[in-house]
Amino acid sequence: MLYALKIATRYLTTNKAQTALLITGVAVGVFIFIFMSALIGGLAEFILSRTVGDLSHVTIEAEDPDPPLLIAPAGHVLTVTERGRTRNATLAEAETWLPLIEAVPGVRAVSPQIAGAGFLTRGAQVSQVSVTGVMPGRESAILDLDGYIVEGSARLGSGLIVLGRDLADDLSLSLGQTVRLQSSGGVTALLTLSGIFETGNGAMDGARAFVSLPVARTLFAMPQGVTRIEIKLDDLNAADATALRIRALTGLDAVPWTDGAEQLREALNAQAQTGYFLKTFALITIVIGVASALMLSTYRRRPEIGIMRAMGAGRNFVVFVFVAQGALIGLMGGVMGAALGYVALLPFPSRDAFEPGTLPMDITQGSYGLAITLTVIGAVLASILPARAASRVDPVTAIGQ
Amino acid sequence: MSTLLQVRDLVMTYGTGEAATRVLRGLSLRLEAGEMAALLGPSGAGKSTLLTILGTLMKPTSGSYEMLGQDMISADDRALTDFRNAHIGFVFQFHNLLPDFTALENVIFPTAVREGRETPAARRRGRDLLVRMGLADRIDFPTANLSGGQKQRVAVARALMNGPELVLADEPTGNLDRASAMQVMDLIGEINREEGTTFLISTHDEKIAAACRRQIEVGDGVVTG
Repeated sequence: MLYALKIATRYLTTNKAQTALLITGVAVGVFIFIFMSALIGGLAEFILSRTVGDLSHVTIEAEDPDPPLLIAPAGHVLTVTERGRTRNATLAEAETWLPLIEAVPGVRAVSPQIAGAGFLTRGAQVSQVSVTGVMPGRESAILDLDGYIVEGSARLGSGLIVLGRDLADDLSLSLGQTVRLQSSGGVTALLTLSGIFETGNGAMDGARAFVSLPVARTLFAMPQGVTRIEIKLDDLNAADATALRIRALTGLDAVPWTDGAEQLREALNAQAQTGYFLKTFALITIVIGVASALMLSTYRRRPEIGIMRAMGAGRNFVVFVFVAQGALIGLMGGVMGAALGYVALLPFPSRDAFEPGTLPMDITQGSYGLAITLTVIGAVLASILPARAASRVDPVTAIGQ
Repeated sequence: MSTLLQVRDLVMTYGTGEAATRVLRGLSLRLEAGEMAALLGPSGAGKSTLLTILGTLMKPTSGSYEMLGQDMISADDRALTDFRNAHIGFVFQFHNLLPDFTALENVIFPTAVREGRETPAARRRGRDLLVRMGLADRIDFPTANLSGGQKQRVAVARALMNGPELVLADEPTGNLDRASAMQVMDLIGEINREEGTTFLISTHDEKIAAACRRQIEVGDGVVTG
């Protein structure tokens, strides 16, 4: 078969211009494949990072106990109080679970939190806020608070509070000024504004306050435990599996971000499907191009095929000559297209350094190896039909004897 | 001399129904090893068809064909291909060389295709044959740069490459001038004498036929003399 490969190579190098054109055509198809992979992959990463990136990937919340069932004795009337919106349940043994959860593979950060509602008062101005108490030093474990800080610092401590830009503006607060925070439980604390953040999310910037966990314990009268544990993963796509693992390890109700995110998943799936279609069309174009070029070559080289057959070349030998041509075209076009794709993607900013106004290309998602492999396979498949046609050439009619 | 090949009652019909043309009509022939025979006859007599059948490139409609004791009619395509490669050489009227290859590459093709690669031994034999054909200075020339006579001598060298028992030549000098034609015939005669290779040469040329020790006349699909 080494000799068949030599003949295949000779056929390709004899007509350099035609071969170059063919390889360029394949390379363009591969380039489109890689470009689409990088764009669709980058876009998916971008959407996920913008929508889910700042959220907890797995959340453990304390479950409120079911209200006791009361059976009314005959002749008595029972009054029932509906469950309030404020969560009173706590994860009393959170401290015990934290090291265990942190040791789970794929877990990047764990943030025990106390969450509740409250009112911020400054003078005559009052605003309802959602208060989150986080451990000092873990302010940016889930939400990248450090990254969103526009004034001051994200560092939380005793007597300090960090607010969103809109909330601070509503209360006419500036750094270092004091504000009164009253929890839903009625506990009041005087806190100093140490940082202002701006995420671009109106609900977050206009109604969210961060305090340290000890401050939250005081405000919500929770000397022990937390109301929830938020967990950030290295790979947010592994949330389902990791949540299951944590649930199995701890018995806690770990909920992945994907629960309740069906619309986002459907949108991402639809986008991925679009990418698959485009990439499939690119591959089909390559296959048709290679097949038609080799079919033409088969027709043009009929007399030579006849001579080879007369000289004792078997049908398999002829098949291999043409399949090898397809494989070589696929390989060279694939490598050239992959190189072109890589070079074309280089100027785009990396996923982490993405800037608004540019395409969210991800050079790491170019699927270079896959593109080359699929192209070679496609080109080989495309060459089978012409190769079989070549092997069936009748040497007598082809030579003209 | 031993019998190299024998055909009996060969019938070859092209087409079917009313369009059917019977080219061979029960032709029988025996060739002894080491013969140098000319196949004579008018155009359409069936000379080329007979050579094609003897070369195992085509099977007759009916009849028997044995070469070197093997039945060529019942053999499958793969067996015939291998047999052809090992035992039969061809020289065509229009040389039919591979245009994208050099003279040497053309000559060693039958061996390379059998071995799966161009072995040093094949290269040595190919060079020797080309030197013997008087083409020592054209060994690595692309065949496109050779004259008609030179191309035909390359074709003869290729036909001899695997040391075949039989070389079938269909009008090998039909496309050459007189000097080149005689040069090719001299080479063929020399190889026949020295190596005992059997040649069956189809020709219209009386002088070429006279250079052969046996003349076989074909007419109307049978051997007439």
